[in-house]
Amino acid sequence: MTPAASGALALAAQVRAGERSAASVLEESLAAIRGRDPELHCFNALADAHARERADEVDRLVASGTDPGPLAGVPVALKDNICTRSAPTTCSSRILAGWTPPYDATVVSRLAAAGAVVVGKTNLDEFAMGSSTENSATGPTRNPWDTGRVPGGSSGGSAAAVAAGMVPVALGSDTGGSIRQPAALCGVVGVKPTYGVVSRYGLVAFASSLDQIGPLATTVAEAAAVLEAIAGHDDRDSTSLEQAAPRCSEVLDDGARGLRVGVVADFLADASPDCTGAVRAAADVLAGHGASVEEVALPELLHGLSAYYLIAPAEASSNLARYDGVRYGLRVDAPDVETMNGRTRAAGFGPEVKRRVMLGTYVLSAGYYDAYYAQAQRVRTLVARAFARAYAGVDVLLAPTTPSVAFPLGSKTSDPLEMYLADLFTIPSNLAGHPAMSVPFALGEGGMPVGVQVLAPALGERAMFRAAAVVESGADPRARGPVPARGAR
Amino acid sequence: MSGQLSTEEVAHIARLARLEITEEESATYAGQLSAILEHVDAVRRLDTAGVPPTSHAFELRNVLRADEPRPCLERDEVLAGAPRAEDGRFLVPRILGEEP
Amino acid sequence: MSGGARAGEDAAIEGVAGYEVVVGLEVHCELSTATKLFCGCANAFGAPPNTQVCPVCLGLPGSLPVLNRRAVELAMRIGSALHCEIRPSTFHRKNYFYPDMPKDYQISQYDEPVNADGYLELPGGARVGIERAHIEEDTGKTTHVGGGGRIHDADHSLVDYNRAGVPLVEIVSRPDIRGAEQARSYVSELRAVLVATGASDGRMEEGSLRVDANVSVRREGSEGLGTRCEVKNLNSLRSLGRAIDFEAERQVAVLRSGGRVVQETRHWDEDEGRTSSMRSKEEANDYRYFAEPDLVPLVPDEELLERATRAMPVLPAARRVRLSALVGDDTAADQVTTVVDLGLDDLVVAAAALGADASLALRRAANEAAQRPEQARRIDAGVFARLLSLESAGTLSATQSKAVLAEVLESGGDPEEIARRLGFEALPAAELEAVLDEVVASHPAEWERYVGGDDKVAQLLTGLVMRATRGRANGKAVAAALASRRA
Ligand SMILES: [Mg+2]
Ligand SMILES: [Zn+2]
Repeated sequence: MTPAASGALALAAQVRAGERSAASVLEESLAAIRGRDPELHCFNALADAHARERADEVDRLVASGTDPGPLAGVPVALKDNICTRSAPTTCSSRILAGWTPPYDATVVSRLAAAGAVVVGKTNLDEFAMGSSTENSATGPTRNPWDTGRVPGGSSGGSAAAVAAGMVPVALGSDTGGSIRQPAALCGVVGVKPTYGVVSRYGLVAFASSLDQIGPLATTVAEAAAVLEAIAGHDDRDSTSLEQAAPRCSEVLDDGARGLRVGVVADFLADASPDCTGAVRAAADVLAGHGASVEEVALPELLHGLSAYYLIAPAEASSNLARYDGVRYGLRVDAPDVETMNGRTRAAGFGPEVKRRVMLGTYVLSAGYYDAYYAQAQRVRTLVARAFARAYAGVDVLLAPTTPSVAFPLGSKTSDPLEMYLADLFTIPSNLAGHPAMSVPFALGEGGMPVGVQVLAPALGERAMFRAAAVVESGADPRARGPVPARGAR
Repeated sequence: MSGQLSTEEVAHIARLARLEITEEESATYAGQLSAILEHVDAVRRLDTAGVPPTSHAFELRNVLRADEPRPCLERDEVLAGAPRAEDGRFLVPRILGEEP
Repeated sequence: MSGGARAGEDAAIEGVAGYEVVVGLEVHCELSTATKLFCGCANAFGAPPNTQVCPVCLGLPGSLPVLNRRAVELAMRIGSALHCEIRPSTFHRKNYFYPDMPKDYQISQYDEPVNADGYLELPGGARVGIERAHIEEDTGKTTHVGGGGRIHDADHSLVDYNRAGVPLVEIVSRPDIRGAEQARSYVSELRAVLVATGASDGRMEEGSLRVDANVSVRREGSEGLGTRCEVKNLNSLRSLGRAIDFEAERQVAVLRSGGRVVQETRHWDEDEGRTSSMRSKEEANDYRYFAEPDLVPLVPDEELLERATRAMPVLPAARRVRLSALVGDDTAADQVTTVVDLGLDDLVVAAAALGADASLALRRAANEAAQRPEQARRIDAGVFARLLSLESAGTLSATQSKAVLAEVLESGGDPEEIARRLGFEALPAAELEAVLDEVVASHPAEWERYVGGDDKVAQLLTGLVMRATRGRANGKAVAAALASRRA
C-alpha cells in the first residue's frame, strides 16, 4: 500500500506512536514516485537527501519521547512555486531553471514544525498560468486516471501526485481555481482558504491580490489537518489576517443539521450534465442530513471570469518584471542591458506567460487603465456584493468545480480563451477572497472523477468543512484517489 | 471596434514589458490578445456607476513592523544565482537608457 | 532639437534680463531609520557591496514587503514640520525596468500621498508651497566600469543593492521658487528642518539628500508657466545654484533665438558647468501605476500621529522669530539666520536670560562663536553670559573679550580667570588718569579741539591711550574718562 492509500492522519498516528518510522514512510513514498513519475511527470525535482535527514530527525524525536507534531513523518509534495532551500524552485519556467532560493517559504517552516517531510517539488503551468499543467517548460503532467488526459492546473503536479498515491498530501496555490480545478479533475480534495489565512511569504507571486496556498489530499479530514498546520498569522505577509487559523477538524462530525445551503443556479447551465448532476446529488445528500437547500441567483459571478483575466494579468505583468536576467535565473547575453532583458525574457518565458504579461501591460498602460483595469476592479466589487447578498441567507454555497471532467491533452492548447473557461466557477471566490473547496463526488464521462465545489464567506472555513464532510460521506467512493495505475484508456 | 490591437500596439507593449518579439510574433499576439479583449469587453459594458473599485480582498489598515534589524543574507548566497558578478556586485552589460 | 536650443547650449551669455526664473524642487531624503522600508536589513551607509540585503530588498521571487513603523512616523514628522495635511495614504507600484531596481518596479505613493499641501518658510520670510511629501523606497547603486565611469561610454556596470529599499521621503515643492539663490536657501532650510526633526542626517555628500530641479523661464510679468526641464545630478548646494543659473540662461537663449524649450530631463555636469539632454530615446515613460497588492493602506490614527509629533523640536523658522524678537533689531536678520543654522540660538537666548546683552550675545555668536560651532554648542550659557557682562561693563575691551571667548571655545574655563591669565585685568583708574594726563599734555592742540566740541578727535585720543597702555585700557572706560574731563 502506498503512503497516500494509508492516509496522512493514519500515518502520522503510527509514526507518533512509534509503530512506523518516518524513514520507512518516506522510502515508500519515494518508491511510489520512482514507480509512476516517469509516466505521469508530477515532479520537477525531489528533495530526497533533505527529506531523509528530516525523516531521521522525526524518528529521533519520537525515540526521545518528543512529539514531532500532528503531521509527524507525513510526506508532502510542494508545488514548484513555493520557495525551498532544499530543492530548486523553478515555477516550471526556463527563466528560473536551476534556481534554488536562499530561504524557505513560511508554509515550509510550518510544515516542518508540524513534523511533515517535504519530498519534492511538483509540476505546474508556468508561473501558475494555466488550467492543464501543459504550459510547463518541463513538459505536461498526465492525469493518473487516464494518462491521455490533463490533470488540470495549474497545481496539476500536486493533484496528480496525490491521486497517484505518491504522497498522501500536497500543497498547491490557487489564484483562479488552480487547486480546486485539478483536485476535481484528479479525484482529490482541494482547498483554497480565505485570502490571508495562509501566508504567501515564499509563494512566487502570480497575481498577489488573488493568490493563496492550500492543501490537496485524498480526504476532507486530511485536508483540514494540513490546512491547520500551515494556516495562521505571519508577520512577513502584510495581507496575513490576524485571526487565529480556523479549527476545521473539530467540525467534521457535526453533520448538516441546521446548515443553510445555497446552490448557485447560474453555474448549472454552463456545466456538463455530469457536473450539474453531481451538484444536485450533493445537495440532496446535504438535505438528507438535515440541511436546508435552496437555489440562489448570482448572475454577477459569471462576470468574474472577464474581471479576472484583466486583474490577474495586470498584477502578473508587474510581478514577473523582476525576471530580467540581472540577479538570478536565465540570462541571454546582449551588448546592452535593455536588449539583454528583452532577449532573456523572450527566451525564458513560454507563450502563455508572454501573452498574460502583454495583456497585463496593455490594460495598465496609459489610456487603457480606466477602461479595463479600473472597470475590472469595480466588477470585482460587484462579485463580492453578490456573494454578500447570498450569504445573508445561506451558510455555504454549492456549485460545480469545473464545467467538465478532465479533457484530453492538447485539446485546448491552441485556444487560450477555451482554456480560460475551465476556471469560470472557481474564479469568483478568488476575487472575493473567500474560501472554497472541491470534494470528489462521482464518476462522469469516461469514468473520470467529478468534483463538487463548496463555497463559504470570508473565514467561513468551519461551515465549509462541515458541509464538505457531509458531501464526502455521500460521495461515490470510486471517485476518490488514489487511483491504481491503469494507463491510457 | 474596441479591443482590437494593431501589430504596432503589440510592439509597443512588448517594449514596455521588455519582451523581444519578432514581427511574426507581433501579428500572432495581436490576434490572440484582440480575441481575449473582445471576450472580456463585456466588463466594459457593465454599469458600474458609483461602484468603488476593489484592489485588495479585505480592508486591512496600518500593518506595520518594528524598526528592528533582522539578519541579512550572506553575500555568497546573494550572488549564488547571479548570471554574472564581479567584485561582490552584479554585473550587467552597458546601460543605454536613463534612470527615470 | 531645434536650432535655437543648440544655440542655447553654448550661449548662456546674455543672462536672463526680462525673464523670471521659476523653479520647483524635488528632494529625496533618506530617513534615519535602523532598518530599510520593507525589510529588516540595516539602513547603513558604506557597508561592503551586497552585504545589507535579504530576499525582500533583493526582490527575490516570493518575498513580500512589510512597512517599517519608524519610517512612517518619520515621514509624518516631516509632514508635520512642513505644515502638511497628514492623510490616509496608499502605496502603488511604479513599473519600469532598470537594473538597480530589484523588482523592476518601485513601491511609492502615487495619488494618495501621506503628506500634502504644506509649506516651508525661508529665512527671508518667503513661503514655498509643498505639494506633497510621500514615502517610497530607494534603488540600488550602479557603478559604471570603463569609459571614464560615464554611463553611456561604460563597458559594463556593477550593481550593489545595499541601498535598495532604504526609506525615502520625496518632498515636492510647488513652482514657487524664483532663481538659484532662493533654491539654495530652500534646500538649506529644508535640510535644517529634516535634521532638526531627526528624520534625516541631511548629508548631501553621502546622498542622504538628493535634489532634482524643475526649471522654467517666463517673460517678466506673465502668469503662465513656461516649459520646464528637469535637471538631475545636483550633489551640492553649489551645483544646484550653478545648474539653475545655467539652465535658466540656456532656456532664455533658446527663446530669444526664436526657439522653443523642449520638455526633457537634463543632466548637470559639474566639471563642465553645463546641463545636457539625457534622453537617448524619444519614448515617453508609462509607469503603469497600480495599487500595491502586497501592502495595505496607511491611516494616520491617533497613536501614529502622537508618536510622529512627540518631542517635536522648535523648528528653524520659529527659532528665528524667537531670536529676532529677543534682539529686537531688524537689521540683524543675517546674524539671526546664521546663529539658528548653527544651532547657537539656544546659547544666545539662555545668556540673555541670565542678564547678558542680547544684541551683543547675538553678535558674538554670529561672528566669533560661529567660527567654531561644534565647541560653541558645548559652552555653558552661564560662562558666555559672564563674559558678555565683563565686556558690557567695560571691564574687558571688545578685543579682549573676543580673545577670552576664543580661549573659552578652545579649552573652556572661567572667563575672569582667562582674562587675568591673558593680562586683561582692568587698568586701575589712577593709572588710566595718569596716562590721560600724559596724552593731554603731549597733544595740546587736539585736546583743545576736543574740548571745543570736535568729537572726531576723541577717536585719536582714545587710540593714543590704548597705545600707551598696550591695549590694557578699556575703550568705554577711556571714553568715559575723556568725557568727564571735558565736562
Ligand atoms: Mg520618486
Ligand atoms: Zn532586506
